[in-house]
Amino acid sequence: MNIATDKNVLLEYVLRLGDNGLILAQRLIELVAHGPELEEELANANFSLDYLGQARLFYSYAGELEGKGRVEDDFAFMRSDREFCNVQLVEQPNGHFGGTVARSFFFDTFYQLQLEVLTNCRDAHLAGIAVRAVREIQYHQRHNSQWMIRLGDGTDESHRCLQESVDSLWRYTGELFAGDSIDDQFRDAFDGPDLSALLARWREIVESVFSEATLDVPDDQWMIEGGRDGRHSEHFGSLIAEMQTMQRSYPGQQW
Amino acid sequence: MVVATSSNSAQTPESAQIEQVWQWLEDVPDPEIPVVSVLDLGMIRDVQISANTVAVHVAPTYSGCPATEVIEDSIVSYLRDKGVKNITIKRVLSPAWTTDWITTSGREKLLAYGIVPPVHDSSKRLLLGKTVVKCPQCCSSLTSLVSEFGSTACKAAYKCEQCFEPFEYFKCI
Repeated sequence: MNIATDKNVLLEYVLRLGDNGLILAQRLIELVAHGPELEEELANANFSLDYLGQARLFYSYAGELEGKGRVEDDFAFMRSDREFCNVQLVEQPNGHFGGTVARSFFFDTFYQLQLEVLTNCRDAHLAGIAVRAVREIQYHQRHNSQWMIRLGDGTDESHRCLQESVDSLWRYTGELFAGDSIDDQFRDAFDGPDLSALLARWREIVESVFSEATLDVPDDQWMIEGGRDGRHSEHFGSLIAEMQTMQRSYPGQQW
Repeated sequence: MVVATSSNSAQTPESAQIEQVWQWLEDVPDPEIPVVSVLDLGMIRDVQISANTVAVHVAPTYSGCPATEVIEDSIVSYLRDKGVKNITIKRVLSPAWTTDWITTSGREKLLAYGIVPPVHDSSKRLLLGKTVVKCPQCCSSLTSLVSEFGSTACKAAYKCEQCFEPFEYFKCI
């Protein structure tokens, strides 16, 4: 066991968690004041706040682990696109309401399972964040599952729209489980998640919701990957440009 | 001396000072639900005094709770008003705060204020099942969920089918 290496692995892993949360929060923030009805407006803003709050905890911890004086804002606003290592699923555009729901459903189902394992990981600080976060994500996941069923098993139009979103987002779901050496080392050193086991659980949950929602599970296909290495889809540049515009225009500015 | 005492010139033992800080914290309200204090919510994990500094260990509630910084600031300013000069806030993430940390008196105060406290033990994951939330006005069990998301991140909106009053429920998470 090499403590220096383990610390770097933990830092990288925590940063990825922060990036997934921040980027999904930013996507959902775009929808604030555009909800289809009041309850969904509040739900969306609440979801976004949860992801943002979790991302802040992850980034603050990453700053401590790194020990170079970087704080949460430095990670969020002062890194370039290639330095973000979120999965590409979370950066995909909102699309219509069903598309937003499907994206969140796929991600939350994964994230909930990931956090469940992290609550028992060997790093007490990360486990503490996970205990808090997992309850929040369970709440999201339940809400989005209900919408998947309501829209999938709803009208012909809602079914068709949701199935289209599912089909086009499916290619981004493989990346959730396509671990690299950081995932492997984190699993070994900190009792982190075994991604193949998570995939099996994720498939079960998705298939069970899809069956109730009368949705078809897409066929196995080529999966788009690269987020962990800082490679992102064409949508990512404009997302972070908007998110970082204040810090880029007025470096170091504070509220 | 860290904590200013009244004209009484006797040296206050450290444990008495700590006890005093705990008592003061009973009066620091939650900014969004001012009937409950930070102690009622179970947010204060420890109070320590060393090297002339009072360290208050605070467990934040919801990850994204925008009130966290406000609460920490109000603890500092409240204690400063009481004459404590050096105060540090230490955030404690483990063991994590859940609604199980809300005290019995906190639950009673919430209910009296018209907000139904969390019904279940959060670890039992009953948030995934059916929950009977009784009306805080007429105690009827004939209530219905209006929205899983309410005026703040910690509450859901309900209404009573018996007395027709709308009310809020403190989510069990």
